[in-house]
Amino acid sequence: MDIYRAHVLCCGGTGCTSSGSAQLIQRFEEKIKENGLDKEVKVIRTGCFGLCEAGPVVIVYPEGTFYSRVKVDDVDEIVTEHLLKGRKVQHLVYSDHATHEQNANKSLQDINFYKHQHRIALRNCGVIDPENIDEYLAFDGYKALEKALTTMTREQVIEEILKSGLRGRGGGGFPTGLKWKFAAASVADQKYVACNADEGDPGAFMDRSVLEGDPHAVLEAMAIAGYAIGASEGYIYVRAEYPIAVKRLEIAIGQAREYGLLGENIFETGFNFDIKIRLGAGAFVCGEETALMRSIEGKRGEPTPRPPFPAVKGLFAKPTMLNNVETYANVAQIILNGADWFASMGTEKSKGTKVFALGGKINNTGLVEVPMGTPLRTIIYDIGGGIPNGKKFKAVQTGGPSGGCLPAELLDTPVDYDNLIAAGSMMGSGGMIVMDEDNCMVDIARFFLDFTVDESCGKCAPCRIGTRRMLEILERIVNGKGEEGDIEKLENLANTIKATALCGLGQTAPNPVLSTIKFFRHEYEAHIREKKCPAHHCQALLSYVIDPSKCRGCTACARVCPGGAISGEVKNPHVIDPSKCLKCGACIEKCRFGAISKQ
Amino acid sequence: MPDNKDKYEQLNQVIAELKDQPGALMPVLQRAQGIFGCVPMDVQKIIAEGLGVTLSEVYGVATFYSQFRLEPNGKYTISVCLGTACYVKGSQKVLDRLSEELKTPVGKTSPDGLFTLNATRCLGACGLAPVMTINDEVYGRLVPDDIPGILAKYREQA
Ligand SMILES: Cc1cc2nc3c(=O)[nH]c(=O)nc-3n(C[C@H](O)[C@H](O)[C@H](O)COP(=O)(O)O)c2cc1C
Ligand code: SF4
Ligand code: SF4
Ligand code: FES
Ligand code: FES
Repeated sequence: MDIYRAHVLCCGGTGCTSSGSAQLIQRFEEKIKENGLDKEVKVIRTGCFGLCEAGPVVIVYPEGTFYSRVKVDDVDEIVTEHLLKGRKVQHLVYSDHATHEQNANKSLQDINFYKHQHRIALRNCGVIDPENIDEYLAFDGYKALEKALTTMTREQVIEEILKSGLRGRGGGGFPTGLKWKFAAASVADQKYVACNADEGDPGAFMDRSVLEGDPHAVLEAMAIAGYAIGASEGYIYVRAEYPIAVKRLEIAIGQAREYGLLGENIFETGFNFDIKIRLGAGAFVCGEETALMRSIEGKRGEPTPRPPFPAVKGLFAKPTMLNNVETYANVAQIILNGADWFASMGTEKSKGTKVFALGGKINNTGLVEVPMGTPLRTIIYDIGGGIPNGKKFKAVQTGGPSGGCLPAELLDTPVDYDNLIAAGSMMGSGGMIVMDEDNCMVDIARFFLDFTVDESCGKCAPCRIGTRRMLEILERIVNGKGEEGDIEKLENLANTIKATALCGLGQTAPNPVLSTIKFFRHEYEAHIREKKCPAHHCQALLSYVIDPSKCRGCTACARVCPGGAISGEVKNPHVIDPSKCLKCGACIEKCRFGAISKQ
Repeated sequence: MPDNKDKYEQLNQVIAELKDQPGALMPVLQRAQGIFGCVPMDVQKIIAEGLGVTLSEVYGVATFYSQFRLEPNGKYTISVCLGTACYVKGSQKVLDRLSEELKTPVGKTSPDGLFTLNATRCLGACGLAPVMTINDEVYGRLVPDDIPGILAKYREQA
């Protein structure tokens, strides 16, 4: 292998690709060549570094200098200053939100965002070139598969996973080793290993980043699972909306076959295993395990009752073992480092780490991986850098459409499967959305119900009809037509749906409503009784008013109002006619005296 | 239409290639949509015959998944993210503004046939929320007032 004196790592994750990293990489390559550095400096396109908000992200090694929001025009300066003359380009170096510290001598690990993290599932993301199997191999890639195949029995592999305490990262938290054990116990001429890469939680992108940044980690783990349960075929079901992930998976599978790490007689042990990719087509319910299998079979993705469980009768009616992408991303490390190593991290019943997609009203949006048991507060304030624009924290949503919203009083909750459920939410797959004082919790509940109504497959009545009734009530409330007794109606419907829906989608759909009623009941009451939205978010409940003591009568607002709702003499206080006001907000922006407000 | 004939030939090739693998219907529909831009009834009929399944099964699958379209899209497909991260940062207002500017409801194509307006869930670029895509171009950190300028750019090049 060629030796380079410096490496330029450019993020090629979806976030950074969206903000222009492909052009950046091209420019780096051109400029480096132009300056005759192409034998000394290597450009690598990696997966997501996690700090997508600061993208496009570029890291220059050996120093580990972290450049953020790099533009194509900045490339020349980095090449001529940093790479040619060894002088870091200070003004492009990432500055910490919390401390506004911009220190080019800090390495990645010293940045607040990374300091509290512990990366197992994301260990190679942002470190290796995901399209080059040699880089994965250089970081102990496929060593776990070799170890399992050549030195461990199938039972020992399952025992190791069982002992590690690994639980499913797709949302349910079912012990992974147990699932493998059940599938191994089924007797059949054909079994399947499947990977759930459908990532349905809107606002979450952990699995996508693993696939884009370290696809071989998933392939290796699937092969290990195949050995453990006695399957020779694997399927990855991945969202069609993830084109970069699909492409990298295809490349990775091709390379693994070429190296004999997939296919026949792997490591000369007589073990055969190969993997196929299947694309989803935009249906949230297909993340549910039985629906996913129907979809791979080419049918409508409707859930089927369990039992029979997939471990007995799954894909094409054969025993099937399904795990989530992030679950798989832990497996090779457990085999290599041992169950005790993994179990030493986390809490009593939740071992290891969890990846979260931190988003919403937070300074550092991105992907974070922390040991189980890390308090919400650490994630939101120390890693996430708190709430932007001096606003007040209101709630954090976890578990996506199946989860709930937790208020400030619960910020010290240690994050693990059981604590989150006890607090009134759930772990889910790892979406973590922060909301501030401007977000209306009734509207958030309506937003999630709108999602489930849209995504309900319609097979069972409680979900198809019940969630629609709930949505209608919520829509009424946010439109100022809420009635006394609506909260109780919502609760009744919620409990009925939870108890009677066929699959997890319906059973968990009421959670966002129940948790917001539990913690933010006063917001519901204000909408219903006072016809007010405390967050000033719900259009129908807003009125725009001019404070006569602040109004100078400049007429700026009247001129911009599209509804002709503002009247008044020049130099005299103006008034807004609520019956004509369209609630567009244009007047507020125009008023230089801060006389207009939403109430 | 020689051009279209070519497309039907491609479709038949896809069917021949995938027909014997288990669960072929979805991949065939996906490839068909890649060829035609949508999967209208006549295409579904050919697929049903080619794979030896009933038309109602093909239709059932094509209408179950939101990815499949029975009618073609406009020249530019606008997808506004209504994932949670984008929603809490105001993507609904961006969508409303687009609908207003295009005089087109969500899920429909503008009267001039130029733009199809869709709402989608998480595009995986939550760091740039609120986000939308127009064909393959990604726009992030949007405010409603960005919309007229962006649309004008596409109208000009159309
Ligand atoms: C409506 C619904 C949607 C789901 N979506 C996903 C998903 O997008 N990704 C995922 O891994 N699991 C999802 N699950 C959970 C899967 O059914 C299944 O439990 C999981 O993939 C198993 O893998 P694990 O044990 O490794 O978590 C969903 C479940 C339900 C009920
Ligand atoms: S609960 Fe909803 S999504 Fe699940 S089977 Fe019933 S209708 Fe379909
Ligand atoms: S909010 Fe809009 S319509 Fe209402 S008074 Fe102000 S400018 Fe006029
Ligand atoms: S996509 Fe570049 S840091 Fe996440
Ligand atoms: S929620 Fe919009 S990109 Fe993720």
